[in-house]
Amino acid sequence: MQVTMTVNGDEVAREIEPRLLLVHFIREELGLTGTHWGCDTSNCGTCVVWMDDEPVKSCTVLAAMAHGHRIRTVEDLERAGGLDPVQQGFMDEHGLQCGFCTPGMMMTARWLLDRDPDPDEATIREAISGQICRCTGYENIVRAVRWAAEHPATSEVHA
Amino acid sequence: MTTIEEPPAPTPMGFGRMKRKEDVRFIRGKGHYVDDVVLPGMLHGAVLRSTYAHARIVRIDTSAAEAHPKVRAVITGATLETLGLAWMPSLSHDVVAVLATDKVRFQGQEVAFVVADDHYSARDALELIEVEYEPLPPVMDARRALEPDAPVIRDDVQGKTDNHIFDWDAGDEAATDAAFAAADVVVSQDMLYPRVHPAPMETCGAVADMDPVSGKLTIWCGTQAPHAHRTLYALVAGLPEHKIRVISPDIGGGFGNKVGIYPGYVCAIVGSIVTKRPVKWMEDRSENLMSTSFARDYHMHGEIAATNDGKITALRVKVLADHGAFNNTAQPTKFPAGFFHIFTGSYDLQAAHCEVTGVYTNKAPGGVAYACSFRVTEAAYLVERMVDCLADEMGMDPAELRLKNLLKPEQFPYTCPTGWEYDSGDYPRALRLALEMAGYDDLRKEQADKRTRGELMGIGISFFTETVGAGPRKHMDILGLGMADGAEVRVHPTGKAVVRLSCQSQGQGHETTFAQIVAQELGISPDDIDVVHGDTDNTPFGLGTYGSRSTPVSGAAVAVASRRVRDKAKIVASAMLEVAVDDLEWEKGRWFVKGDPAAGKTIQEIALASHGSLELPEGVEGHLDASCVYDPPNLTYPFGAYICVVDVDPGTGQVKVRRFIAVDDCGPRINPMIVEGQIHGGLADGVGMALMEVIAFDEDGNCLGGSFMDYLLPTALECPSWEVGQTVTPSPHHPLGVKGVGESATVGSPAAVVNAVLDAIGVRHADMPLTPAQVWRTMQGSPFRTDLAIE
Amino acid sequence: MQTPAPVEYERAASVDDAIALLERHGPEARLIAGGHSLLPMMKLRLARPDVLIDINDLAEELAYVRIDGDDLCIGAMTRHRELLESPVAGEHYRILHDAERVIADPVVRNRGTVGGSICQADPSEDLSAVFATLGARAVIRSSSGTRVVAMDDFHLGAYTTAVGPAEILLEVRVPIRTGCGSAYEKVERRAGDWAVVAVGALVCLDGDRITDAGVGLAAVGAEHFRSPAAEEILRGAEPSEATFDAAAVAASADCDPQSDQRGPADYKRHLAGELTRRALRRATARARGQEG
Repeated sequence: MQVTMTVNGDEVAREIEPRLLLVHFIREELGLTGTHWGCDTSNCGTCVVWMDDEPVKSCTVLAAMAHGHRIRTVEDLERAGGLDPVQQGFMDEHGLQCGFCTPGMMMTARWLLDRDPDPDEATIREAISGQICRCTGYENIVRAVRWAAEHPATSEVHA
Repeated sequence: MTTIEEPPAPTPMGFGRMKRKEDVRFIRGKGHYVDDVVLPGMLHGAVLRSTYAHARIVRIDTSAAEAHPKVRAVITGATLETLGLAWMPSLSHDVVAVLATDKVRFQGQEVAFVVADDHYSARDALELIEVEYEPLPPVMDARRALEPDAPVIRDDVQGKTDNHIFDWDAGDEAATDAAFAAADVVVSQDMLYPRVHPAPMETCGAVADMDPVSGKLTIWCGTQAPHAHRTLYALVAGLPEHKIRVISPDIGGGFGNKVGIYPGYVCAIVGSIVTKRPVKWMEDRSENLMSTSFARDYHMHGEIAATNDGKITALRVKVLADHGAFNNTAQPTKFPAGFFHIFTGSYDLQAAHCEVTGVYTNKAPGGVAYACSFRVTEAAYLVERMVDCLADEMGMDPAELRLKNLLKPEQFPYTCPTGWEYDSGDYPRALRLALEMAGYDDLRKEQADKRTRGELMGIGISFFTETVGAGPRKHMDILGLGMADGAEVRVHPTGKAVVRLSCQSQGQGHETTFAQIVAQELGISPDDIDVVHGDTDNTPFGLGTYGSRSTPVSGAAVAVASRRVRDKAKIVASAMLEVAVDDLEWEKGRWFVKGDPAAGKTIQEIALASHGSLELPEGVEGHLDASCVYDPPNLTYPFGAYICVVDVDPGTGQVKVRRFIAVDDCGPRINPMIVEGQIHGGLADGVGMALMEVIAFDEDGNCLGGSFMDYLLPTALECPSWEVGQTVTPSPHHPLGVKGVGESATVGSPAAVVNAVLDAIGVRHADMPLTPAQVWRTMQGSPFRTDLAIE
Repeated sequence: MQTPAPVEYERAASVDDAIALLERHGPEARLIAGGHSLLPMMKLRLARPDVLIDINDLAEELAYVRIDGDDLCIGAMTRHRELLESPVAGEHYRILHDAERVIADPVVRNRGTVGGSICQADPSEDLSAVFATLGARAVIRSSSGTRVVAMDDFHLGAYTTAVGPAEILLEVRVPIRTGCGSAYEKVERRAGDWAVVAVGALVCLDGDRITDAGVGLAAVGAEHFRSPAAEEILRGAEPSEATFDAAAVAASADCDPQSDQRGPADYKRHLAGELTRRALRRATARARGQEG
């Protein structure tokens, strides 16, 4: 079947099998390998992308279901204005080690900050609680999101 | 919430906090992991796995799968037998079936391999393979494995009539018996360190590309030990080693899970040879949890002896070690139980003895994985639980009992009753700092107050001593490969540098840490130093990253190589400055003339000159580079004091980890930010293992932890905000004094959490994981076996 | 990773269209909304529908939380997060927010739907117990019309509901009561896990008398996710600790928990009682306006 969707602002169209998972569409059809997968049961959250401005687990969405929708991946966090404060925060606060869960964590963090620009620790922990990190023990991820909250983007990109 | 620190200062010229160099790609989604590898014409493999834990294979019919229009090859054990590849050597002098030929021996064992045009079709074709099994009774309980009527799992081994693998012991049995006979107090306790899994977020996988023209095999694989893999492939497949290139790209976490060679890797190679095209194989999460290296599964019986005033005199332990269907633990040859015999821990004992018996069961093989430092995790858990059991028996405060028995600083270097030579330490200082950070006395008061109101709060202490950084090579090898590692440092003409490593980062930040080591030694900015790793064609030989050995071994190799570069630079500088070598003095980044600091040459100037036309002293070849193969003279012994505070809901058994205080001493910290990150991660592991992680099996052999719905990992909500502290006791034998830290917190933390929960509920022992059900049952006096199906 | 078996895909433009597609494709067609129950089963190849009928475009028609007459109405396509953040839901039944806060995780809640959850009818599913607690009704449509079934008639057993092969759940209607409080208590092994046991409670007060009550139980094999025996004890009784204890004893007897890796049956039975007591306390406090 033919699907058309907007990915990171660009319209893309592909002929796919209806069963193709969105995560595979993003990674294999579009070559956007910043989005990862880590389980089969929607538990790990390494595959989180935005679908119409909300984080979703792209391993549990069919590409066909994204037809006509907007997808945003980690590759779109950095824009002309530079790094997203979330990216900067993850780097400055050592919010990542192996980097595998990082794209999904950052996509959720950006969404959280768009809704709640000054989240406290408990709010951040709750927001990322569907995403597993095996390296950081979460402490520095929380600090990274706080860093981003305290250093909001000066450009209008995330206004 | 810890206060947010301001952005770190500019790059330090050497040790100090600095942002990681590798992060510039990771935060942009530009990491390059094995599943990101795409090669022209690449095919996709999938493994058919056994549904039974123990069954004879009667017949395999692959005809329907072969007829699938997108299938390029179907490989079975029979195919591999013709190539002599149906079995491969294990890492512990056993064999492992690549694809089962005679029997399947655990649920999830590899039975057939399909190569197809795409991943989805490969999975479809698996369903078209018919396997007729004759089910056999499985052995799912290690305690049953040695019973005379237990089914024999390894009948492939000629003459094998039982499930026994090895008996091993360490320490002085007679002296230990004597100490126990003379003891005032003896406490014994059975405990299980259940089967857990490292479960890195990225599963295991490989892309194999056999070039049919050149005969060169390139394997992209998330391996922690690329050089060891290459040598083993050469030995297993009979391929010439120079025709094998192993590339380990970015790795999405390893924790020991990515040390070994899995059948899927071999199948991908065979698939590429058969189809003459690159073949990618990536396991799914269930395959990862059900078939790849697990950890622990140690059934332990501990005994501790003490005097009436609380002086611990001896420790004794018997272990039944469940190794699964094949003995495939990755550990030094001489040590079938790894480094478990460091179970005397941090205490000054008269005598100790351990006996370990390894057995086969119908479970996945493995045994050393998950940040365990070759089973120091099990050892630390045992001794720290036994000390708490003793404290309970004697009515002593567990902190006081530990302070009374910890080794004293003046006892180092200290040879423990089982022969380990601890390099350095100041244990009481670390424990006192942890107690102070925790506000221990106030916590005990709070606990007492709460108890009067029926509220359950617990405080758990754990003190651990690690032994990491294996070799020395004369004592330690894996399949005959000595545990020494190479490093090469080269300064380019313009003064920038490259360092090539044998070890491989799985997130530890090697590209930053190793650049900082070179920077510290040569005074070249870390930003100007490229760290090359993970490619056997471009790095020196070495055994890789596990057992917290990267900084202790490769870090030393880099330091020594850098110093050799510095020494060479000194000779070049002496020629440049026309002074005697002995007249030169080093300050970071520069050789200058003693007494005339203005007369000097920077390392950059020297680098250019060493590549130029300057006449060099005799015997100096020009260029500015050096290498080192570092053979550690001893292991290093990081240690730490951990305190965990929990609240337990008396009505439901739910545990909330309120605080966790961790004081670590790993010697000087090259990059304190990275070191703290390593500790944070390990503490989360400890919370996970203590409270939720377990792979249990039912009596029919079904794996009950085969997905992330069943194998639970801690989320941000189960982890507290870690409170970390440090003391610094350098290792006297390491060139940088550093001891390694990768696994410290995983080793030390589970006992602290368990001790805290048991302290809260006032029970001497219950086995991990302390799920709400297990805690409640323990409070009722009837804890269950956590390694079996709950009944 | 695991991948679904081949499947055809249709997208429904309206409720009627969805029903027509179900009729056309027969019993091997499945509706897919959030997909968080169905797709993992398909990846495991334990579910192999021939056709998926995507009803996400029906969100405009079926995603709402609103008052209609005497009922609080929750559209089947309401995402979990929408229910969690719905002020009108919280105003009438705090149990809805209690439960939504502990269903799966925030990202899953962005996608998963109320209708999808209760139609999956997993014996551990939270909203099934919540709606059983509240005495809700399900509105189901087929080509022959719309029917309304009580929750007791909706849940036919594990993974089975009254929704027929060519039917679609439109909404859940909860009767609005005054003087009521509700609460949900769940024990899970870890955040985001399915319930070891969960209990919902509804307490309606007239002074010091319980006029109506609901006790819903998840993950303990309670018929229709309810404990009629506990409710019977509560109705007409004083909202006292003694009453709650009696209801707790009744609830823990009024179920059939099975041992599994979440816990042994005796523990689950204990929790059924313990959580009933806790949920009743909170629901009562809320009915009295004593808990914010």
